[in-house]
Amino acid sequence: MFRLSFIVLIALLVLSAAPVKAGVFNPESFTLKNGMQVVVVSNHRAPIVSHMVWYKVGAADEPEGKSGLAHFFEHLMFKGTKAYPNGVFSKIVARNGGQENAFTSADYTAYYQNVAKDRLELVMKLEADRMRNLTLTEEVIEPERLVILEERRSRVENNPSALLGEHFDAAFYLNYPYRNPVIGWAHEVKALSLKDLTDFYDKWYAPNNAILVVAGDITAKELKPLAEKYYGVIPANPQLKGRIRAQEPPHYAPRRLEMSDPRVRQVSLYRSYLAPSYVEGKKAGNLELVYALEVLAEILGNGPTSRLSKALVFDGKVAVSAGASFSPGTLGPTKFTVWASPLRGVSVDDVEAALNAEISKVVKQGVTETEVDDARRQLVAEAVFARDGFSTGARVLGAALAVGQSIEDVEAWPDRISKVTAEAVNEAARAVFNEKQSVTAILLPEEKKEAAQ
Amino acid sequence: MKKLLLFIAFWAFGLSAAQAVEIQTVRSDKGVTAWLVEDHSNPIVSVSLSFKGGAALDPEGREGLANFAASTIDEGAGDLDSQAFQGTMRKLSIELKFDAGREGVSGRLQTLSVNKDTAFDLLRLSLNQPRFDEEALNRIRSQITMVIRQKSQDPDALAGQAFSEKLFPGHPYSKPVDGTLDSVAKIGKADLQGFVKRRFAKNNLFVGVVGDVTAEELKGLLDSTFGDLPEKAEDWTLPEVKPSDDGGISVIDHPVPQSVILFGQAGLKRKDPAFYPAYVANYILGGGSFASRLFDEIREKRGLAYSAYSYLAPYDHTALWAGGAATANERVKETIDVVKAEWKRMAEQGVSRQELEDAKTYLTGSYHLRFSSSAAIASMLVAIQQDDLGIDFLDKRNALVEAVTLEQVNAITKRLLDPGKLMIVVAGQPEGL
Repeated sequence: MFRLSFIVLIALLVLSAAPVKAGVFNPESFTLKNGMQVVVVSNHRAPIVSHMVWYKVGAADEPEGKSGLAHFFEHLMFKGTKAYPNGVFSKIVARNGGQENAFTSADYTAYYQNVAKDRLELVMKLEADRMRNLTLTEEVIEPERLVILEERRSRVENNPSALLGEHFDAAFYLNYPYRNPVIGWAHEVKALSLKDLTDFYDKWYAPNNAILVVAGDITAKELKPLAEKYYGVIPANPQLKGRIRAQEPPHYAPRRLEMSDPRVRQVSLYRSYLAPSYVEGKKAGNLELVYALEVLAEILGNGPTSRLSKALVFDGKVAVSAGASFSPGTLGPTKFTVWASPLRGVSVDDVEAALNAEISKVVKQGVTETEVDDARRQLVAEAVFARDGFSTGARVLGAALAVGQSIEDVEAWPDRISKVTAEAVNEAARAVFNEKQSVTAILLPEEKKEAAQ
Repeated sequence: MKKLLLFIAFWAFGLSAAQAVEIQTVRSDKGVTAWLVEDHSNPIVSVSLSFKGGAALDPEGREGLANFAASTIDEGAGDLDSQAFQGTMRKLSIELKFDAGREGVSGRLQTLSVNKDTAFDLLRLSLNQPRFDEEALNRIRSQITMVIRQKSQDPDALAGQAFSEKLFPGHPYSKPVDGTLDSVAKIGKADLQGFVKRRFAKNNLFVGVVGDVTAEELKGLLDSTFGDLPEKAEDWTLPEVKPSDDGGISVIDHPVPQSVILFGQAGLKRKDPAFYPAYVANYILGGGSFASRLFDEIREKRGLAYSAYSYLAPYDHTALWAGGAATANERVKETIDVVKAEWKRMAEQGVSRQELEDAKTYLTGSYHLRFSSSAAIASMLVAIQQDDLGIDFLDKRNALVEAVTLEQVNAITKRLLDPGKLMIVVAGQPEGL
């Protein structure tokens, strides 16, 4: 969800060969007796804190046939406990000048409140309470089910490209649970029962499956007694075994999807190739490949001066936009994606041919040292900007730890990016651009394949 | 429980937003003024700027001009063509972006402080010497055209455009900021050059800067960047307009399962003496994201929508009190009925003392959360200048909220809110209206 980005010494920007010694977010960390990890990112610019609790459970951990369960449950966390019933949680947070929300991904679920430092203890008390004490009833879940179906209509059903996106993931992942949408298939969301939801809560919501991350005007020394007082007293769930997910088999056949919809006015094409995440790369002993793919995506498709944009938009004049992206922050297998939208009057076949030509060019001829040097510098510089946001550190660290990366992995990111060589990028390009492991999707207006007139 | 709540009620907010930032006024030799918050903790500089006068001034037949100009002035300037300009930005990790709104053109520059001279120079070039090469114009024109085509099928955009047309018929505020397929096709180099010459000047410019730069350094940068702009932008007038208040529902037929509903009526301008009472009232009505009457009644109790909200929109020449929700086609009528009922309830019965207190503690306590990044602070500095709220506004703001009384809130809701005047637009295929 979030791109890893970090601070680094300015020296690096001038001399990219210089070793990186700077800290990144320089977090402090400790673990409570019940197994709950605690991370603190200090930033004393303003007397505010961002308090987040991350659970190592997401949509990809749902039982078969129960898609949307993790996200549905996230909504229910705001409903009430014995001590704070009837949605009073949000009202207390608001009354105290706090802003809050939550989000669910395929790999994690996180809850946060941004508050003045002197309200931190209050939100810790509230958040710790709802880790185990939620009281769920049919009366509470039924209106929320309707809300979620409305959310699904807004995000997906009202939007043809989001609908195609769901088909895309289902075609891309043959077996891995990322094939299901995080928000869930509508028919399954409609069928989730109170028991499904409470079983999910009992199984996954426990301190030994959670990470507390606090960023802002706070130190570990100040936070520790509060963390012990509110979270440390919650018993661990000894039955928690960790996540067991269906694994992805090898891919042998490229897949293609075409969807026509009367609401489409701009043809677009995108293609993803199966690629390893940080976690997978580490497990397989080829983590370098993942960093090299990040540099490749930067060279190929980030911004108007990238290769794809230059070749298809500026020089080739076949596309109105083109690019590439790669997000390796997942627990399971991820995607390396390229896309282009044809200029009016240009056929989608011509755009695809131009895209293929660029891909085959990078595979056959490789990238230049200058390109790699620029890309590394640009990636590493993003770090400085990321540090500017007061809660960015909490988000980056929380997301990384929730999928099983270490603090060290996060802190070493600029160093590892800086070490990527042109040779490694070329090797990565040859490895990732395997047609058999790809899905291509084309979104068209109703009438015909050519650009709509 | 009770004890805790009492404790909270008497737990005063000792913190003022101003403690987080100290604003300096920097005035350059050539008469350019900027507000600066120095912060040397991170080696970056964020700049926010705005020129008054935006898409509402687009000439007849050239709708979309301000937006086209904002999208093209960073596509090559001075000796640098588009690729060279963008390439320099990319290489040095400089971010420069312009946006056109109805009432102004805003810009945002972010750079590592080590590259600030180059960054400000790119900004200078884009404002003073944009090239408008044919290649760039064609490319950007196709991108804008693509956006217009896509919006023609997007229920949110369809509802938004219809809403403006219903509220401000015939007034420039009803024109689409992006323009139309026809008008964008006609915009040429001469139009864009004319726009830059007429609109970018010192007297309509507002600048906010945050980060790793000193007042002395900024003084020089302000002169080199903005010093050569004309003293005065071309004069303009826009008529005052009262939002239509005949009420009623307009449906934009569009094949989607969920309808987008927008509703609105006349509101208050930013400098109206009753603005703060209305601001507090709106928080209670639909401004609080997880704590408002519309949220409770539409989402929590009935599950009618994922989001339901209201907001005050003060413009230079009009003001709205408006809101929105999105619900399945078959539940549109029920949702609109709830909106109208809440509008009426607030007009007739006002708010409770507890609601007022809760609104105040939220609005004052959360204010400093807005200072979340350099860019966020820089854009606040510009907004405060544009609204002419004074350099001590950050010190005064929470007191303005605190001073609001129950009588003031209930007077303004009674005076303004009227469900019979609500202009409602629905994009979708609603049933039973």
